Amino acid sequence: MDGHTEAAAPLLDVRDLTVKFVSREATVTAVNGATFSLRAGEVLCLLGESGSGKSVTLRALMRLLPKQAQVAGRVELGGQDVLALQGKALGAFRGGEVAMVFQEPMTALDPVYTIGQHLVEMIRRHKGGTKVEARARAIELLDLVKIPSAARRFDAYPHELSGGLRQRAMIAIALSCGPRLLLADEPTTALDATVQIQVLILLRRLQQELGMGTIFVTHDLGVAAEIADRVAVMYAGRVIEEGPVADVLRAPAHPYTAGLLASTVHDQAPDQDIAAIPGSPPDLRRLPGGCSFAPRCGLATEACRQAFPDPVYPAPGRMARCLRVAGVLPGLLREPV
Amino acid sequence: MNERAVVAQGAIPADSEIDGAPAIAVRGYWQSVLRRLRYDWVTIIFGLVVLAIVLAAIAAPLIAPFDPYQQSIVGRLKPFGWRGHPWGTDELGRDMMSRLIYGGRISLVMGLAPVLIATLVGGMLGVIGGFAGRVANTAIMRTMDVFYAFPSILLAVAISGAMGGGMINGIISLSLVFTPAMCRVAETATAQVKNLDYIEAARASGAGTLTIIRHHVLGNVLGPVFIYASSLVSVSILLASGLSFLGLGVQPPEPDWGLMLSTLRQSLYVNPLGCALPGIAIFITSICFNLVSDGVRGAMDVRG
Repeated sequence: MDGHTEAAAPLLDVRDLTVKFVSREATVTAVNGATFSLRAGEVLCLLGESGSGKSVTLRALMRLLPKQAQVAGRVELGGQDVLALQGKALGAFRGGEVAMVFQEPMTALDPVYTIGQHLVEMIRRHKGGTKVEARARAIELLDLVKIPSAARRFDAYPHELSGGLRQRAMIAIALSCGPRLLLADEPTTALDATVQIQVLILLRRLQQELGMGTIFVTHDLGVAAEIADRVAVMYAGRVIEEGPVADVLRAPAHPYTAGLLASTVHDQAPDQDIAAIPGSPPDLRRLPGGCSFAPRCGLATEACRQAFPDPVYPAPGRMARCLRVAGVLPGLLREPV
Repeated sequence: MNERAVVAQGAIPADSEIDGAPAIAVRGYWQSVLRRLRYDWVTIIFGLVVLAIVLAAIAAPLIAPFDPYQQSIVGRLKPFGWRGHPWGTDELGRDMMSRLIYGGRISLVMGLAPVLIATLVGGMLGVIGGFAGRVANTAIMRTMDVFYAFPSILLAVAISGAMGGGMINGIISLSLVFTPAMCRVAETATAQVKNLDYIEAARASGAGTLTIIRHHVLGNVLGPVFIYASSLVSVSILLASGLSFLGLGVQPPEPDWGLMLSTLRQSLYVNPLGCALPGIAIFITSICFNLVSDGVRGAMDVRG
C-alpha cells in the first residue's frame, strides 16, 4: 500500500476548508480547516460520526451549501478553483465534472419523472444531442449499472423500483456525463445489508473501470474497509487522521480512530461490553481551545488543551493530528481508552 | 412536460431486445390516473352529470325550449307542464327551463374563471414565495395574510359592493378572494418540495434555478394546486350565486341561478317547487364538482 508517491498532481486538492453557519444566535463551525487530497482513480473514505462535518464537506466541494454558509479555504479540481466558479461554469461543473450520489434514493429522485426522463434531462443538459441519442445512451447506462431489463425500467417511475434498483439508477444518473470526481454521501446506508454489498461492489468496479476519483462518506468502518484506498477520519470538522485504509484500520494513529475501532462489533465474546468512547462530540458552537478530542481522550495531557496539534507523519503516506501518536501506535487496541 | 410525452411514445422500440425478464407494466402518468378512475363509479357518475351540465350550457341555444328573456303577462308563475313549459314559468312569465339552462352558462363561468385566475396568480406568487428567500416570502405571504383576515363572503361582498355589480366585477372580486388561499397552498407545497433531496440532486446535476422550478418544483406542486383548485370551483359557484342573490353579481334580466333564486323568493307561496329549482341547480352543480374533485384527487396520488 506504499505505492503512493507525492509526485503525481492530485485530482482534487482541499486546503483548510472551513464552513461556518452564521445565525443571530450562534456561529456553528461545521468544517474547521479540513485538508485532504485525492488522486485520479483513487477512493477516499471520509469517516466520522454524525455531525463530524463529512456531509457538509461534500456539499462544499460541490458548492451546494445555502447562501448563509460561509465557506473559506481552497478547493481545486484539476487545477481549477472550485470556490470561484460562477453561473454557467458552475452548472457545467456540477454534474459534468463532479457528480453526487445521495443517501436516500427515494427522495433524491423526483417522483413525477421516470428514471429515463432523469437520465435524458441530465445527458442533454451536459452533452446536448437529440432525444433519441440521449435515450440510447441512457439505456446503455442502465445496463452499465446492472439494472435488469434496462429498456423497460427506463419508463419506470422511482416508486416502481426497489431501493437497490433506485440507488443503481441514481448511480447511472451520476455517471451519465462522465464525471472525473464522484461524491457519494452514504449511498448504502438506506439499503439493507445484502443490497448494500452489491451496490458497493458495483461502485468499486465502475470506479475502477472509469478511473474516477471518488470520495465516499460513511460512518461504517466495514464499508470503508470494503471500498476505500485511503481513509480520512473526521472529528469536529477536522481531518484528524489520514492514510491507507488497511494501515489505519489495523494500527490507528489517533486515539479517536482507535476508539471508533474499539467500539465496533467484531469478535468480542457475546457477554462482553463494547468499549464506547466516553462523552459526546463537542458542541460545534463552542469548540474547545486545544485538541477537540481532548475532553474525551484517555491519553490527553496539558499540552493537548493548549492548541490544536499540527499534523505529524508517523509513516509514509500517513498523517495524524495528535501529540501522542508516538505513544499511541503500538498496541493501542488493548489499552482502555 | 413535453419530454414525458415523447418518452412515453417511445422513440425507440422499447422492448425489442428484452429477454425473459418479468414484464413491468409501464404507462404514462395520466394513463394510470384514468385506469384508477375507471373503477370509481361515484366519480364516473358525478363526472357524467358535470359533463351534462357543461354540455347543456354550451348548447343552450339548441336545447332551450323557449327564449329565456321572453316575458308573458298571462303566463306568470305557472306550474310544471303548463302550455309546453316543462318546468313552468317565473314571476315574469319566462320559461324556467330555458332560464335554468342559460343560467348554467353564467354559473359555470362564475365558477371557473375566478378559480383559474386565482390559480395562475396565486400559484405563481406562492411558488415564488416558497422558493425565493426570506424577504420575498415575507412580502408575499404577509400581504396574503391581510386578505385572510376577512371572511371570504364578506370580502367578496365588500369588493363587489365597492366596485358595483356585474359579471366582470364579480369575477374580479372572487379571484381576489381565492388568490390568498391558492397562494398559501402553492407556497406550502413549494416549501416542502424545496427541501427534498431531489432538488439538491438536480442542483448537483448542474441544473439552474429556473430549470429546477420549471421541472421539479412545478411538477410536484401542480398536483396539490390542481386538487385545491378543483375543490374551489363549487365554492366559487356558491359565492357567485350568493353575490347575485344580494344583487351584487349578475344584473337582471340575465338568467343567473342566484339572481333567479332572489327574485323568485317573493313567489315562494305561489309556486314553491318552481322557486326551489335554481337552488337545486346550484346544489347539484356544486356537489358534483366537489365529488369529482375528490375522486380525481384520489386517483392522482402517484403512490396510491
